[in-house]
Amino acid sequence: MTQSRPWIPYALILPSVVFLGLLFIVPLVQTIWLAVSDNGTPSLANMTTMVSDLNFGRSVLNTFLLTLAVVPIQIVMALTMGSMVAKMNGGRETILWIWTIPLGISDLAAGMVWLSILQNTGYLNSILFGMGLIERQTAWLTYQTPVALFIGIAIAEIWRGTAIVMIIIVAGLNQVPKEFKEAAEIFGASPWTRFTRITLPLIRPALQSALILRTVLAFEVFAVVYALGGRNFPVLVGEAYNWQNQNQNYGVAAAYAVLIMVISLAATLVYLKVVKVDPERLP
Amino acid sequence: MANIVIDNIKKSFGAFQALKGVSLTIKDGEFVSLLGPSGCGKTTLLRIIAGLETSTSGDIRIGDKSVIGLPPKDRGLAMVFQNYAVFPHMTVYENVAFGLRMQKADDARVKKQVEKAAGLLHIEAYLDRYPNKLSGGQRQRVAVARALAVEPGVLLMDEPLSNLDALLRLEMRTELKTVLQEAGTTTIYVTHDQTEAMGLSDRIAVVHDGRIEQVGTPVEVYNHPATRFVGGFIGNPPMNFITMPVTNGQVAAGSQRFAVPAQGGEIVLGLRGETVERAPTGQGLDMEVRVAEPMGSHLLLTGSILGQPARVILPATETVKNGETVGLALDPKRLTWLSPESGVSYPAAA
Ligand SMILES: Nc1ncnc2c1ncn2[C@@H]1O[C@H](COP(=O)(O)OP(=O)(O)OP(=O)(O)O)[C@@H](O)[C@H]1O
Ligand SMILES: [Mg+2]
Repeated sequence: MTQSRPWIPYALILPSVVFLGLLFIVPLVQTIWLAVSDNGTPSLANMTTMVSDLNFGRSVLNTFLLTLAVVPIQIVMALTMGSMVAKMNGGRETILWIWTIPLGISDLAAGMVWLSILQNTGYLNSILFGMGLIERQTAWLTYQTPVALFIGIAIAEIWRGTAIVMIIIVAGLNQVPKEFKEAAEIFGASPWTRFTRITLPLIRPALQSALILRTVLAFEVFAVVYALGGRNFPVLVGEAYNWQNQNQNYGVAAAYAVLIMVISLAATLVYLKVVKVDPERLP
Repeated sequence: MANIVIDNIKKSFGAFQALKGVSLTIKDGEFVSLLGPSGCGKTTLLRIIAGLETSTSGDIRIGDKSVIGLPPKDRGLAMVFQNYAVFPHMTVYENVAFGLRMQKADDARVKKQVEKAAGLLHIEAYLDRYPNKLSGGQRQRVAVARALAVEPGVLLMDEPLSNLDALLRLEMRTELKTVLQEAGTTTIYVTHDQTEAMGLSDRIAVVHDGRIEQVGTPVEVYNHPATRFVGGFIGNPPMNFITMPVTNGQVAAGSQRFAVPAQGGEIVLGLRGETVERAPTGQGLDMEVRVAEPMGSHLLLTGSILGQPARVILPATETVKNGETVGLALDPKRLTWLSPESGVSYPAAA
């Protein structure tokens, strides 16, 4: 039946292709054009403006530092959490449910949650003051305390974004039949060896997806940073936002957008290469 | 010394009792098969011995030392899993080498052992391949090779040859038996293939519904099944069970008389199909033959004796027509008598 009408699958996916084409490809091309043109003629003026801006270097540095700090911690935490629930018999679903609560909160709201903890009159200061560790309200989120600010933002990001990594990793762990670990155990592998020699290689596809997704999202970090640090902690998307809204300069905003896309693509390619998934070596 | 003592092992999964008190002693270097139908608890028992599952109660001793609570790797055993559990991300070579690598064996020894095990199981040609390109039977042999490569004191095998074709299975069976005997490996071999169990084992433990029904040499188990279940499970065709009346401690089959271990009432005759001889009707038991099938090596008769279904085997030289009634003479030394109530057999007459 299907063989006699080979066009059916194509017809079925056509709407999604059209949809994506209209809502993704067209704006993408427009954005790229906006970035590399000036009044309708090709020009690098927007790029030059972007690069020579005072905040450009800092926003690149901040975004990379944040990604480098947050992503590895999230992967390690997700692996630990996933391995822990895998060993549980009862209450597994409840724990997973609680752990994924941050997923249901928008990133701006997540930023507000952490602002209420870290701001001058926040819970952290109250607790520290109550324990007698500080004598007066301390500011953590200012230009003068870059390390505390960075740590605060990183913690908020970790809190907000680990759940999605964990979900992907738990799904990956669930796919590994327990017999593989048992066989390794019989033949004398320690728990750590089982994890590194059996579990990790077998969840490579999940690990790869989690790394790509999480890294791309990390390069797009904005709302949490905006809520906690405002302009004290410039990041790439924040700069794009400022150029778009404050400065009304769409060209430079587009240049930032293109830069973020290029960085994300590069990171994805690196992961595809480094965390290679060889279908031959999968169950 | 790797003798194994299984002492009253019980295992429940929730309300379900998978093992209901299993005891079995296996001598150092002995080859014992666990034979039983699907779901009777063979894998569960093996996993408890291996330490992958905890028993609800009971004790396991390996080499006279209780291993309850010891992790699998400290029990000095290797295992072949029912579903192979061959690592998909390692080559066949690295799979077979895995146990030795964990023991930190040097490369020369690893190479020697891997080649030896691979040669034995005819998988040398695939050593560089990844398992997902192999057939089920090939993977199964990788799993066996992986277990043999570490030369364990105790080897647990869960249906290790189930996926091989008949010819290869026969060959592997003989080779396995030879190497394990040479190495003096204590082996527990799970199977539901009775010919495999009969051919390989020093002793067979017949498992049924979470219990061991009988332990004995293949000949003992075959000739004198302890229960109706064992007689029916082992042998092809299975043992015939014919309920007969007893008068004054004797059973009459035509003109043949047999003293039986009961005075009156009824008794069940356990009759192996190939122990009868053709005789004139009325001399022994008469059988109404429904279908006579010449099998080449023998003649298989299906029909009824005393109105009860029966299957017997006659020499290939006999000719019997469908619907014919044939007389069968019984060999008094090869009969088993069972209680009709409990299905347990009476001890063989000395
Ligand atoms: N983890 C478990 N949880 C619940 N029930 C189980 C579990 N493992 C086994 N069982 C049950 O215990 C019984 C024995 O299972 P087991 O796997 O030992 O059978 P088996 O004799 O190996 O069968 P087969 O020949 O089909 O492999 C089965 O009824 C099975 O459903
Ligand atoms: Mg089984």
